[in-house]
Amino acid sequence: MKYLCLVYGEEQALQAMDDRHCVAYDEEIRGSGQCIASEALQPVSTATTVRVRNGKVSVIDGPFAETKECLAGFYMIEARDLNEAIQIAARIPPAQVGSVEVRPIRPIRETVRAMQKEEASHGVR
Amino acid sequence: MFATLVRLLGDFDLAEEALHEAFRAALEQWPSEGVPANPRAWLVSTGRFKAIDAIRRRARFDPLEEEHAESLAAEAPAEREPIDDDCLRLIFTCCHPALAQDAQVALTLREVCGLTTEEIARAFLTPPPTLAQRIVRAKNKIRDARIPYEVPAGPQLAERLDAVLRVVYLVFNEGYSASTGNSVTRADLSAEAIRVGRLLVDLLPEPEASGLLALMLLQESRRASRASASGDLIRLEDQDRSRWNRELIAEGVALVERALGSRRFGPYTLQAAIAAVHAEAPSARDTDWQQIVALYDVLARLDPSPVIDLNRAVALAMRDGPAAGLAVVDAILARGELKDYHLAHAARADLCRRLGRRADARASYERALALVRQEPERRFIQQRLAELRS
Repeated sequence: MKYLCLVYGEEQALQAMDDRHCVAYDEEIRGSGQCIASEALQPVSTATTVRVRNGKVSVIDGPFAETKECLAGFYMIEARDLNEAIQIAARIPPAQVGSVEVRPIRPIRETVRAMQKEEASHGVR
Repeated sequence: MFATLVRLLGDFDLAEEALHEAFRAALEQWPSEGVPANPRAWLVSTGRFKAIDAIRRRARFDPLEEEHAESLAAEAPAEREPIDDDCLRLIFTCCHPALAQDAQVALTLREVCGLTTEEIARAFLTPPPTLAQRIVRAKNKIRDARIPYEVPAGPQLAERLDAVLRVVYLVFNEGYSASTGNSVTRADLSAEAIRVGRLLVDLLPEPEASGLLALMLLQESRRASRASASGDLIRLEDQDRSRWNRELIAEGVALVERALGSRRFGPYTLQAAIAAVHAEAPSARDTDWQQIVALYDVLARLDPSPVIDLNRAVALAMRDGPAAGLAVVDAILARGELKDYHLAHAARADLCRRLGRRADARASYERALALVRQEPERRFIQQRLAELRS
């Protein structure tokens, strides 16, 4: 099962962390095959929020929500279940100064593919 | 059986439905074909097949379900998997920290203790639809986030056991001293908590599980004497100790001794040890307060909390006199964390009363009265106030 681990924290606290620790952990879980993708993000001051309302694109400077703790990076991981995902998340270095939100991935492509297959088989009949 | 089906099917609702179907099949078949040699195994395996059939039927409408049914059918259930282990797994799943605390409590009562949603709603003074929704949301999270059906191993066990014990003790306390409402005790919830506590001690040789069971048994032993016939609260020092349940005390004391002997004990064991000193004392005056203060010292180191400091101060007052206790209580109140805790003001009031400082006592009782939420405690404070005025 895939989980997305979203790393949140106060930027100052996160900037004080040693990047080498983060990269070392990243290499470790990539090596074990538990990490599918991971990136660190530029500071929230670089964020742009895009919305489309009534066909019009609105672009606003800043993050989706102004909060003290902001999104700083993510890890897409593969774990047997939530217990394993929690263990992996707990070892992400910024978990010590910020928070890591663990979200299961919804198999949206598989669901749509199954729906299309079903529709196609009805069409044949 | 329910716990075993949850493990085999990996889904609470499916397991519930399967068990229901299995019982229905038994009602149809057993009268004519005779009761099978192992009825429990028969019900579990029938339930499992019924569930797989049900998923296959649904698969005609949802292709994703087809895969699910086939993977379940392919996994031959391990024979003679110990049923107790399933029950333990169920407890750890229901008390998973990824679920909200109130959902953990509701799920445990429903899935482990077998209470109905209505019974749980009544016990917690929650509207049944709210409680039902809480349970549905928790079950959905178990399924969608894949909260595993397992007893965690190694270093995770200690943390997760804490969560389990917290839920059990919460249920006990809700039954022992309802946080709101008119009745001092709601015995059913306490009985359920003790039942789960016994199960944990039987299945998991962890000192803190024994400590918690001991604590619950020792508190339960005083149930008959802690409220008068009219529902008024009777304080420990005024209770008729001949009405304490000696059998529960003996069992509790033996458990505490075993847990303390392990040297891996924690806060529950220490609280139980304090309760055991009270249980073995002939009266409040002839209590080993020295020992109780010492136990609170260890407890405060292990699990620092202002409430423990307050209890220690009350014990200190019994050992060294009310003036010594009052100095500590005032220092705790000055820290601010307990300024809205009615028992802190009631404790201060009682110490002032014993020192003859009637005006101070009255002021503190009035503060406590403004904060108290439980009816019998309110009456108790009002009674004390009336005594001070006369």
